[in-house]
Amino acid sequence: MTLLRLIDLEVRYGAIRALQDVNVDVSEGEIVALLGANGAGKTTTLRTISGLARPVKGSVQFAGREIHRLPPHEVVGLGIGHAPEGRRIFPQMSVLENLEMGAYRRRGDLHQDTERVYSLFPVLKQRRRQDGGTLSGGEQQMLAIGRALMSAPRLLLLDEPSMGLAPLVVETIFSIISEIRKTGTTILLVEQNAAQALALADRAYVLENGRVVMADKARTLLNNERVRAAYLGEGAA
Amino acid sequence: MTLSGAAASTLPGAQAPPQGPVTGQPRLSWLRRLMGSEDARRLLSCVLGLLVLAVMTGPEGSASAPLSGFTGSLFHLRALVFIGLGFVLWAVITLRRRFGERARQASDWVSSAPRRLVTNRQARYGIYLALLAFAVVYPMVLSQFWQNVLVDQIGIYVLLALGLNVVVGYAGLLDLGYIAFYALGAYSAAYWTGALAVHPPITLNPFWAIPLAILAAMLAGVVLGAPTLRLRGDYLAIVTLGFGEIIQIVATNLQGVTGGASGPASVIPHFSVHVLGVHYRWGLADLPYYYLLLGFVVIVLVVFHSLENSRVGRAWTAIREDEIAAESAGINVLKYKVLAFSIGASTSGFAGMLWASQVGYIDSTLFTVQLSILVLVLVIFGGMGSLPGAVVGAAVLQWFPWFLRVHPLFGFQQQDLFIYLGALLIVMMIFRPEGLLPSRRRKREIGLAEHGIGTADAMSEPGGEP
Repeated sequence: MTLLRLIDLEVRYGAIRALQDVNVDVSEGEIVALLGANGAGKTTTLRTISGLARPVKGSVQFAGREIHRLPPHEVVGLGIGHAPEGRRIFPQMSVLENLEMGAYRRRGDLHQDTERVYSLFPVLKQRRRQDGGTLSGGEQQMLAIGRALMSAPRLLLLDEPSMGLAPLVVETIFSIISEIRKTGTTILLVEQNAAQALALADRAYVLENGRVVMADKARTLLNNERVRAAYLGEGAA
Repeated sequence: MTLSGAAASTLPGAQAPPQGPVTGQPRLSWLRRLMGSEDARRLLSCVLGLLVLAVMTGPEGSASAPLSGFTGSLFHLRALVFIGLGFVLWAVITLRRRFGERARQASDWVSSAPRRLVTNRQARYGIYLALLAFAVVYPMVLSQFWQNVLVDQIGIYVLLALGLNVVVGYAGLLDLGYIAFYALGAYSAAYWTGALAVHPPITLNPFWAIPLAILAAMLAGVVLGAPTLRLRGDYLAIVTLGFGEIIQIVATNLQGVTGGASGPASVIPHFSVHVLGVHYRWGLADLPYYYLLLGFVVIVLVVFHSLENSRVGRAWTAIREDEIAAESAGINVLKYKVLAFSIGASTSGFAGMLWASQVGYIDSTLFTVQLSILVLVLVIFGGMGSLPGAVVGAAVLQWFPWFLRVHPLFGFQQQDLFIYLGALLIVMMIFRPEGLLPSRRRKREIGLAEHGIGTADAMSEPGGEP
């Protein structure tokens, strides 16, 4: 079943056209990757889904409902968790407080949810009383993902979880992402690290200058000449 | 030439300047060597700075003796006092540079001492009660003058600072038109008690006018806030600044209603109680008004304290720390900003209402931008986001000018007040930018902002928003 559908999406920042005719489908239980160079429109796509940016044309449908006119906090309420670009944790709040902020729209006992996040990221449990700002980059990324999970999302948007992290840490985070999928959460992943993203994802879209230029199974793209040359750093210079 | 040579010689690890024959003026080489020391240069600038302050605040020159402004300040005991202050400032700066980290730790240690000493709840409530008892008893022994200062200058401003603290300190919004709501509260009080030229449907006792004044200010806050709080920091400041001006100009020009710059013709009545055969009127005496204010301040403190530690307070913290992150965490950012803004507005309106009824007279010239900025200064001076900070900051800064007026130190003149206050604030911002009694979280935020990790807060530099 299709969980998320972007139809002919066009987004502008003033005179600049950031996205044009973008069509993306994400089915329940999938991991879908959005690949592309800087400025290709990957982050804008995620921001449009979560309501932080408004499309001038096209629509965003989530679980059969149009959501592109909703404000961000209502989008979260519908079940879309967003771990934004650059992590954006609350630096002066403790790890636990950060996680609680993620569940701001939910009432009731959060114990089970925090325990679930702690079981995915044991290091966060150790640091639960520490300020978010004092964590290492990798731990902050884990916290950002954990915070997004606290809203109990059906769809998790991850914006460059590997950015600025050591290869070993990236590996840990990617293996946790596939753990998250096993618990039934659908994931839309934006990455520059194409090799790793394609190894993890079921399907992928390649964006160039705000347009989708390729869409296929991840394994197929991994063997695609053009993708290999442009994003996997192989072949022609 | 002298200075550049000196700068080179103070660079650590730099080669000593050529000691050989100095070209130019060999006679000045002693000066050059002296100025080569960073301490000496700093001392010189401290003393010169304070001398400038002495001249600025000294007697004015006149047409017949144009230089008397200088001579009267410099050839006078004042000059010595100010030079002395220059030395003190230099000593503080030097000590701070030498023992900067330790000095900071020491001052933090002192300011956080109460928090550490009183860890258990009961003891803390005991201390609150003791402070309250002090606030109740102490004014009784004060002279009439100080009782008046306590009501007019301190009590009202504590209330104003507490309200603005919600806007600036909790939600991180910069409001420069804060006094407009104060004016609205004051004029609502005048209207509902029948003091304006336009009469209300029913004339009320000031007590009944309180909720109406609060409501008017709160509505104005919502109406102004809902469209403008979508804007970020600097823009909001400009909009609120404009709003403050509009309210003042309207109050001035709407002569037929407000009485303009000369105020309403009739007196705004004092508070009075007529319940169950008990009749009491708050008259011209200050002490009863003080207790009334104290009661309201305590209520406001309790309400704001519980707000700070509620869901709402945490939403404000999140918005202040990172608005985008707060949005993607599912917080309705606009709603909570409007809430903070209108809570601040209604507190301001409340203060205006109380003040109007106590003084009995208002006019449009009282509600100036300077007053908005003064309240902002009180909040920043006390420590943003901290209730004790707002109270202590307002009390100290409002007390200080009156202290100077009663005990004029070294030729203090009233019209120079803002020069001294400005100097005090500059020193404060250098040595303790987080304010007298900052909230723990706010303080760390300011520390981070200094290291360039700040976020899109109205009070800090705009972050790298996409």
